[in-house]
Amino acid sequence: MDFSVNSTFLYGIAICVIIFVLAQSVFFLVRAYRRGKQLGMSTQKLRKTIISTSIFTIAPAISILVGLIALSKALGIPLPWIRMSVIGAITYEMPAAEAAVKAFGNTLADIITDPEVYAAIAWVMTLGIMPSIILPPILMKRINGGMLKIRQKDERWGDIFMTSLFLGMISAFLGVVFADIREGIEGWLPVFVLMVSAITMAVCGILIKKFKWKWLETYAMSFSILVALVFAVLIAPILGTVQ
Amino acid sequence: MSDYLKKTDRYGKIWIWTAAFVVFMVPVIICVKYDAWPSITKVLEGLVGVAPIFWTVGIIEVITYTPMLGIGGTYLAFVTGNLTSLKAPSALTAMENAEVKSGTEEGEVISTIAIATSSIVTTLIIVIGVCVLTLIAPVLNSPTLAPAFDNILPALFGGLGVVYISKNWKLSIAPIVFMVALFLIVPSLAGSVGVLVPVGVIITLIAGRIMYKKGWI
Repeated sequence: MDFSVNSTFLYGIAICVIIFVLAQSVFFLVRAYRRGKQLGMSTQKLRKTIISTSIFTIAPAISILVGLIALSKALGIPLPWIRMSVIGAITYEMPAAEAAVKAFGNTLADIITDPEVYAAIAWVMTLGIMPSIILPPILMKRINGGMLKIRQKDERWGDIFMTSLFLGMISAFLGVVFADIREGIEGWLPVFVLMVSAITMAVCGILIKKFKWKWLETYAMSFSILVALVFAVLIAPILGTVQ
Repeated sequence: MSDYLKKTDRYGKIWIWTAAFVVFMVPVIICVKYDAWPSITKVLEGLVGVAPIFWTVGIIEVITYTPMLGIGGTYLAFVTGNLTSLKAPSALTAMENAEVKSGTEEGEVISTIAIATSSIVTTLIIVIGVCVLTLIAPVLNSPTLAPAFDNILPALFGGLGVVYISKNWKLSIAPIVFMVALFLIVPSLAGSVGVLVPVGVIITLIAGRIMYKKGWI
């Protein structure tokens, strides 16, 4: 049978998977929204969450699309589309595809024409990410039970524990931007971008507090990301990071 | 646990196991349709190259993010992916803006709404992007825009960092100093940042416990 990485059949599979993901998202969105209303949360607060998250998502989503385009050069559209919509992230999918194709002595430089190689890539991508989908239902009860015990024993410590989880994650991603600074001035780009985002957010915070610009709360994070990304585009040629 | 949370857990389990089946069926269908069955050795050879790190990060992510995201948020975020680069930050930002605490039922509601919205918007942007790919690919692939897409995470965590650090600055000092020093000394660890998240958590917890006992926080 003729094989094409962009065949209608593969697009059909991709569309089915995308519909599944959308259905799950809508299901949980509707349930949570209704529960929020039952708990007495205002419609304004719930809608504000939806609007601000939608805007916040745009830039990272376009970056995911860029990842899809990068993968599509060898794998076509459908498989990367599936992988970037379910569980995946470009940081997983690209190395997985590279590892699989390497086993056949090939590279991702050209479009895959051998269905066996293509299937192997799909298997490695799928099996490589399985713990992330299998473990949540298995560990959920234990993790939540543990958190409940900590809170029941000492509520203040429970709050500090939760904040520590957030800060542990944030500190790792703040620290990693310094990894390339030894490479010279171009290695500072992520640090500068982080600082611009942080300063913009701080300015927004001041405007919200001092001038009571409550409306800005909805857009502050998205605005900080956007300003930082525009800054990255403008400063990169000066730092010599654009090829 | 409230009736809502019990039901969310039950529905979440049904959705996530169905998702696992759907995901697993993708390579199966490809093999059957094209009668292309790669040898187990080749698949294992590829898997060995990525599984040790992916599986470790996967386990760490489940343990670290589940308490943050809540029941509904966790089941949804682990199916829809892009956890660190999108879902977790969007949930944290939404909870912060809505002034609700993670671990409460209000936090659960806001986190789930944020992750669901983020998933829907991402899916729609990708659908639109795929439909007009030939038009937008040259723009998105242009070297001019590359620095922006390469720096999404610093742009995201800069803003998020300010919010959390300004509110918990004492608790932030130890993990940030440690992480900055670690990546300066061993830059090659940048590729394993996911594995280092629990290290950051443990350092924050130790520092937090000491400060809490001493009455500093």
